[in-house]
Amino acid sequence: MDFFNEAHVNAAKEMLYKMADDQLIIGHRNSEWTGLGPLLEEDIAFSSMAQDKIGQSEHLYGLLHELGESEPDTVAFTRNSPQFHCSQLVELPIGEYDFSLIRHFLFDFAEYLRFEMLVNSSYENLANIAKKYKGEIKYHTMHANTWVSQLAQGNEESKSRLQNQLNDVWNLALGIFEPGPHEGVLIDSGIFAGEEALKAEWLSAIVPLLTKMGLIIPAESTWNPVYGGRTGEHSDHLQPLLDEMTEVYSIDPSADW
Amino acid sequence: MHKSLDPRITRADLKIEEQIDPLKELDQFQTFEVFHQKKRGQQHVHVGIVHAPNADMALLYAKEQYSRRGSTSNLWVVPSSYVTATEYFDEDIFETTAEKIYRDPATYKVMDRIKAYKERIGQK
Repeated sequence: MDFFNEAHVNAAKEMLYKMADDQLIIGHRNSEWTGLGPLLEEDIAFSSMAQDKIGQSEHLYGLLHELGESEPDTVAFTRNSPQFHCSQLVELPIGEYDFSLIRHFLFDFAEYLRFEMLVNSSYENLANIAKKYKGEIKYHTMHANTWVSQLAQGNEESKSRLQNQLNDVWNLALGIFEPGPHEGVLIDSGIFAGEEALKAEWLSAIVPLLTKMGLIIPAESTWNPVYGGRTGEHSDHLQPLLDEMTEVYSIDPSADW
Repeated sequence: MHKSLDPRITRADLKIEEQIDPLKELDQFQTFEVFHQKKRGQQHVHVGIVHAPNADMALLYAKEQYSRRGSTSNLWVVPSSYVTATEYFDEDIFETTAEKIYRDPATYKVMDRIKAYKERIGQK
């Protein structure tokens, strides 16, 4: 690893926790569609992507373990809501498919661009993981883009449903880019170009796509990012999700799987 | 509300006691034939079908169903309605093919001559 001082390690840990927690929680949420998807093929596709997310999170928890944190399973299954660093966007219930699709679109584009930026990270082990999973997440954005553009150009109902969800979820999506306490260290060390840079990339990717589909981005004067998730402030929806997710693990935490 | 042992089904709040109308003709998606290519340069091999409203969606589902295991370089999807097929009624047109082993390159005894040639030009 190219960096070893404590400031670098702390900054990397903070970033890895929020990335991994986002993936674990959205992966678990989206897996709730398994068996209920609108089409058999879509059910398989959505479930498979949910599984991908959980797999990606495991690798990031693995990096945290290298940096001195507990084992991935322990980190994933023994924390409570205030110890999670996911954005509030990913913890919300799946709602109807319009909501899940819009969240999938907004989150996965952010995730893909983050991984694309991290390919050049000075933190080599992270750059390698980014290289490995970039393609997988690119497919997730293709899936999201295909669905959202189909429905945006469908009928009045499908279009207005997407528009309403986009309006409702926009500020939560902006919350993905909540700046952390170590932005300066991450940027100076070349680990990551920072949340502001990522947000700019994200906007320049998704705004033209959504506009071309005929959807309207909420006016900038109304933007009011929902922050808090990165520091453990969560909605009431996260703890019940964690209770369900850890139910089996908690029966016997020492069991070997 | 219908209670299920599966909490996800219960959350979905399905009204399964309601009468389910039979499908209208356009409620069924068309099918697409999926062709899978393992590596660049190799031929695309037919692997199955997917249901989809159009080709873009069919590609997504082809990716999920048919590239989950092993390697993939490329996928094609083609509407099943574009396929023109022989009739099973006419299957007898192929009946004698299996007997024509002289069309099988394995029956030509050329390995000895290839070997002799390679030895002559100094290859192993």
